[in-house]
This record gives sequence, C-alpha cells and structure tokens, in this order.
Amino acid sequence: MDYIKAFAVGGGICILGQLLIDLTKLTSARILVLFVVCGCLLGGLGWYDKLVDFAGAGATVPLPGFGNALAKGVKSEVDMKGFSGAFTGGLKSASAGITAAIVFAFLTALIFNPKEK
Amino acid sequence: MGKRDILKPKDEYEKMVKAASPKSPLFKNCLRAFVSGGIICCIGQFLMNVFSTFGVVTESRNMLVSIILIGVASLLTGLGFYSKIGKFCGAGSIVPITGFSNSVTAPAVEFKKEGFVLGLGAKIFTVAGPVILYGTLSSILVGIIYYFVR
Repeated sequence: MDYIKAFAVGGGICILGQLLIDLTKLTSARILVLFVVCGCLLGGLGWYDKLVDFAGAGATVPLPGFGNALAKGVKSEVDMKGFSGAFTGGLKSASAGITAAIVFAFLTALIFNPKEK
Repeated sequence: MGKRDILKPKDEYEKMVKAASPKSPLFKNCLRAFVSGGIICCIGQFLMNVFSTFGVVTESRNMLVSIILIGVASLLTGLGFYSKIGKFCGAGSIVPITGFSNSVTAPAVEFKKEGFVLGLGAKIFTVAGPVILYGTLSSILVGIIYYFVR
C-alpha cells in the first residue's frame, strides 16, 4: 500500500512539474528552484509533513521534500538554539544531500568524459 | 486596412500550424512524467522500507535514501544514460532528487576539460547554485517567522 501511495503522490508532483514545463515554458532550473522554495514554505507552515506522513518517499524524494527538509531543520534549530538557529538550521539539514551531490559529481567527473552527442 | 487585416494571416498561419503539428503531447508527457516519477519514488520507498527493517531512525533513513538516489543518478549521468532517460521522462526525471544530482554532475563532467577550478569547480553549481541559494533564503525566512510566532 505504501508503494501505491508513494507512486501516486510522487508521480503527481512530477505531473505538476511537467505541466509547468509544457504550459509555461519555464526552464528546468527554474522549476527546481520553484519546487524547493515551495516545499520549504509549505514545510514552514507544517503542511508538507502531512503529505510525508501519507505518502512517505512519494513526498520526500521529489524536490519539494528537499525544501521541506530545509524548513524542518531550521525549525528544530530555532527550537534548540533560538534566533541563531534560523541561520544554521537550513543548510545543516540539507548538508547530506548537497555534500552527496558534490562528492558523487566530482568522482563521476574524474572517471567519465562528456559523451558525444 | 485596419490592424485586423494585418493580423489575420498570422492567426490563420497559427491555426494551420496547430492543425499540422502532432496531437498535443501534453497528455503523453504528463503520463510519462507520472509513471517515471512514481517509479523513482517507489525505489525510494523500497530503500526506506529496507532501512526501517534494519531499525534506522526516520531522520537518517531519509538522508540515506537521498544519498543513495543521488549517487546512482550521478553514476547514470556519467554513463550518459540519464540524459536518455530524461528525454523520455521529462519532469519525471527532473523533479525527484535524482534530477538535482543530475544537474550537479552534468556540468561537472561537461566542463572538466576547462580545468578543475574555473571549469568543473565554477560550473558545478550552475543549476544547483540557484536551488541552494533560494532554498537557503526561504529557510531563513521560515526560521525567522517561526522564531516569532511559535
């Protein structure tokens, strides 16, 4: 059952992205930015967590889930450290994703050369 | 001879283009995005379930799932598969976290030949940079508001 929920919600978020690409001609970079910011704001309101509770990876794997992780991190840091937590919490919670992306990208770039198109 | 007369041929031309171009690919694109995005999320769900049977706590479980998906997507990008998948999947390959990984790895591989500092180093965040910038900014906004209203 959790697979069906993950499939439906995750796929649904991707449809949203596809509609934005086809109907508004937004570039994919802008869509990534838009989705992360929206996820962060929805996470700030505490709404996105409800979707996570419902859909699991269907909500955490798409990029709004990354934004939600930023919001959750910043909120728990504010709870622990007060005002300065607003500055440390976001990147702290995103650090795993960003670091993984950097490390794997660097290793991949060491090994592979651009493919001829 | 008003403006209308000048505009008319253009309108007709647009109608002809519409009639001649293949039937709106919007539905097909959305279906592809739905299925491919859904499959990626199911792989994530599978990894999550595996980790939870090993008793990993929720927070680090989500992180591990992200790291694995990012690693695999990076490798597929290096092998040249991800762009092929992307052509078929559209947003289904962009919106999941694997798309973020692809957006970091693709310029890293592409610009390696321009040097490791000003090529790879400078271009690696071409797409991810804006994402991190605006993500961080909105997280600070959330943090400050949360500090005052919690």
